[in-house]
Amino acid sequence: MNWKQSFSTSIGKKLQMSLTGIFLIVFLVVHCYINAQIFYNDGGTRFNEAAHFMGTNAVIRTVELGLFGFLILHVVQGLALWAKNKARRSVAYTVTAGNKTSAWYSRSMALLGTLILLFLIIHLAKFWGPNRFSTLTGHEELKLYDMMKAEFQATWVVVVYLFGCISLGWHLAHGFYSAFQTLGLGTSKYKGMIKMVGFAFAIIVPLIFALMPIAFNMNWVH
Amino acid sequence: MQHYTMNLTLKVWKQKNCKTKGAFETYKVSNISSEMSFLEMFDVLNEQLVAEGKEPIAFDHDCREGICGMCSMYIDGRPHGPWHQTTTCQLHMRQYKDGDTIVVEPWRSNSFPVIKDLVVDRTSFDRIIAAGGYISVNTGNAVDANCLPIEKDKADESFAAASCIGCGACVAACPNTSAMLFVSAKVSHLALLPQGDPERKVRASNMVNQMDKEGFGSCTNIGACEAECPKGISLENIARLNREYIGSVFG
Repeated sequence: MNWKQSFSTSIGKKLQMSLTGIFLIVFLVVHCYINAQIFYNDGGTRFNEAAHFMGTNAVIRTVELGLFGFLILHVVQGLALWAKNKARRSVAYTVTAGNKTSAWYSRSMALLGTLILLFLIIHLAKFWGPNRFSTLTGHEELKLYDMMKAEFQATWVVVVYLFGCISLGWHLAHGFYSAFQTLGLGTSKYKGMIKMVGFAFAIIVPLIFALMPIAFNMNWVH
Repeated sequence: MQHYTMNLTLKVWKQKNCKTKGAFETYKVSNISSEMSFLEMFDVLNEQLVAEGKEPIAFDHDCREGICGMCSMYIDGRPHGPWHQTTTCQLHMRQYKDGDTIVVEPWRSNSFPVIKDLVVDRTSFDRIIAAGGYISVNTGNAVDANCLPIEKDKADESFAAASCIGCGACVAACPNTSAMLFVSAKVSHLALLPQGDPERKVRASNMVNQMDKEGFGSCTNIGACEAECPKGISLENIARLNREYIGSVFG
């Protein structure tokens, strides 16, 4: 068996989920860092600077293509695995242990992932899509800071964003640890640390994301 | 502890063979002693059914001391019932009170087809072992102890993995029907010892391939297997199998 074939085995697919997941985790850190620039409360100067860099730097734009590739692979592979796994127990149990032997979010990764995907479609259609369309058609970059300020005045947009952040948090609560367990790092030596860092990540990052729409809606930042 | 007797209602899965559809049947048993094991309670029920001229319930059992792995009952949503790290034969009736209703199902996995009632075909596990769960050198007679120096913690870890009895509770408990805990235990106990070292790469990839061929699901690190394993096999073994597999591909 060569290394290409090995990607199609169950552990190979698990590895794809893990590596793309870690890439997406890294992306979240960068996205979160740039978002947090709004809390300088400088009328969006620093935020717009960072957004301009991310939107025009050639390296970043190339990595962006990879990001979409990995995101699609993560989504498609994840849903395919979920469907396949479900099909392997044709007769369902009448009684199940539920939360006695495992955490609900670890069993609901496909559902949580789908919720995140739905949120992502709305999110991209609001900011990333119009901005890229504008620059690709030879127009100027859009003023993202002002756009956010306008968008987050609507309560339903804030609610959708909070819902997206909560889904992301629960997805990360299992996903972060799971990615490292798949890489074989879930030994007694590291498991506790990985779980702890994972939970902290799953709380802190979605919380910072969630604070953005709230801050704009409540007029904490101007 | 006070001994007592109880009357119970049992909802047991009855299925003629893997080709027919099964259904639950309800039975009443009375005067069950709190000192009986769960299987002894089933013996009482079956004797009662035979006396009434009805067909007894087919269930797997052998050693009745928790080491053979045959007693595959999925009791009230838990493989081997609610007790931690026990097999069905070690589950005692003092767990239950008078008037309780207990639901008993077979292991449910397409890779474990039902032979009859609660008996399932677990030969898919045998084929995984045949694919690489061995060492292919003739080791001759047992050598003197300490001829082959092995670190104490390695020996302990290997022994812990080797305590897997191949019962299939991990598959039964897994929401994905994955056999990773079983395969990882079988890969681990050999990978940790010098005797298993020369073939470790071939072993990991062959056993994983066979596991996939048998149609088991994919592991998503949920951990229900570890919680239900009667021998307390650790998820650490799955991490090790992942490392072994990655090593066999890229190493």
